[in-house]
Amino acid sequence: MTDPNSPGPAWFHRAHGGQVPASTERNESLATSGMWTKCAGCAQFLRSEELEAEAMVCSNCSEHHKISGEDRLLFLVDDGTFEELDQEVTSLDPLSFFDSKAYSARLAGSISKTGRNSAFIEGRAKLSGRPVQIGTFDFAFMGGSMGSAVGEKVTRMFERGLDERTPVICINSSGGARMQEGVLSLMQMARSTAALARLRDEGLPYISLLTHPTTGGVAASFAMLGDVILAEPKALIGFAGPRVIEQTIRQVLPEGFQRSEFLLEHGMIDQIVDRRDLPARLAEILSLLLD
Amino acid sequence: MAAFVLDFERPIVDLEETISGLRELSAKGGIDVSAQIAELEAKATDLRKEVFADLTPYQMTQIARHPRRPYTLDYVEALMEGWQELHGDRNYKDDPAIVGGLARFQGRNVVVIGHQKGRSTKENVHRNFGMPRPEGYRKALRLMSLAERFGRPIVCFIDTPGAYPGIGAEERGQAEAIAKNILVMSKLRVPIIAVVIGEGGSGGALAIGVANRVLMLQNSMYSVISPEACASILFRDSTQGARAADALKYTAQDCLGLKVADEVIGEPLGGAHRDPEVVFTGIGEALNRHLCELEAIGFDAIAGDRYDRFRKLGVTHTAPPPQ
Repeated sequence: MTDPNSPGPAWFHRAHGGQVPASTERNESLATSGMWTKCAGCAQFLRSEELEAEAMVCSNCSEHHKISGEDRLLFLVDDGTFEELDQEVTSLDPLSFFDSKAYSARLAGSISKTGRNSAFIEGRAKLSGRPVQIGTFDFAFMGGSMGSAVGEKVTRMFERGLDERTPVICINSSGGARMQEGVLSLMQMARSTAALARLRDEGLPYISLLTHPTTGGVAASFAMLGDVILAEPKALIGFAGPRVIEQTIRQVLPEGFQRSEFLLEHGMIDQIVDRRDLPARLAEILSLLLD
Repeated sequence: MAAFVLDFERPIVDLEETISGLRELSAKGGIDVSAQIAELEAKATDLRKEVFADLTPYQMTQIARHPRRPYTLDYVEALMEGWQELHGDRNYKDDPAIVGGLARFQGRNVVVIGHQKGRSTKENVHRNFGMPRPEGYRKALRLMSLAERFGRPIVCFIDTPGAYPGIGAEERGQAEAIAKNILVMSKLRVPIIAVVIGEGGSGGALAIGVANRVLMLQNSMYSVISPEACASILFRDSTQGARAADALKYTAQDCLGLKVADEVIGEPLGGAHRDPEVVFTGIGEALNRHLCELEAIGFDAIAGDRYDRFRKLGVTHTAPPPQ
């Protein structure tokens, strides 16, 4: 959440056009000076307010800057229609996992930093007037990693799509399974994907949107299983992270390896879509499938 | 490879070699060393108990990776009849890191799928150390669909360090291949039993692991990440695997407690490689028992049984949304 002092629910009723709040993380990675932000792509100075209204895409060079999960979700759906659900679901520390810091302390830290109980945000919304279930990872919460709580919420999102007979849209950005919950994290891949399998059987569409980065256990489960798979430009998408591959094969990886454009070329995704075009594109694809 | 001995096995193996040397000597020369042999046997028994009875998680992992441990094709040979191996994914290639085929098992016909490691360096290069590429998973998927069409139960043997992380594997969609297997397995109407016989390495294992029953050998592991990779992240030192192994709680007994495994099958003292017949018998008995149970449920309820099994996996609780 942008302002840790503001009450949670009110935030979701905020209209986006021109008012999408900038997350603190984004400001760290971008050079800003008051009202101006320097584009990471073309180095031009852009009015911060306009950049935010354009979902953090540069109007000059189309560079896609980092955007938080919730900002992107709100940008996609009809104003004021997102109803967040299952906010109370949170992880425990079943392994009493301890590295340099206890996992329970790490969790507590992420909860207070993000103002959320887990790394996944989901609920009901409307897209061009059509009811959908929609969810997004919050990368600021332990790298969007998937433990039991994320797995539970993704599963509920698919199950609710089935119950309410609506399409499901998932915005993926995750480093993969959460190591600190051990093999239970791995099991979340099967748990969530099994719910998706039921949705598919009922002829309800699921659109997966891949954003930077989507790797590991999330890529190797529901993220790569969309009826239609869209990706933002230049997103890193793959099973193994580039560092792991480099260490295994002891070679430098080719330029553009595992980026959206590479996946499109290899037949792994349907389209690369400019973030600003996503609301209309999603609505159109759903319409073509369902109307 | 027959000479491969783990560090903590060394004193026992040395003693056992001394005993067999003495036996040969007494057989050849007619010298009576039976008293010495008996004394050493007693010592070896004590030593085995001392060393093997209380293995650390990482020592168990070393046993799970032991190059003399029985692999998928050893179980096929010991437990199945009429084995017909089937090859290829019909798209790109045959991946030797996954084997599969048709077989008879205790009065029924089954489809068997498993990771396959190699025993020698040459074999391991051929088998890619049991690390499948997408074509391996797609071969497995093809065989699962075959099983579904002909109503054959599926038996999966899990034994992989993980899915292979390479350029070609990524180009051909490693993530999609694993994801698709998980998706399809979750809906199959035939019973599926998975047995973790060695290493259950993350997504590469789960891709043939969405089963109605998951059985684990006593020293096997099932983990989201290898202890070495975990150590290199946590401690920036991949040699700290033993510490990571403790933290990850991935032993068969831990997995049973987390309900990730349904049953632990015992191994002989010191590991399956020291007396493979014990695990052949144990796995054969457990497989038959679980298959009988699942056959009694009936095909219509099998997918639901599997859904319910995985739906419950995970530990969450509810807390008010933070302010």
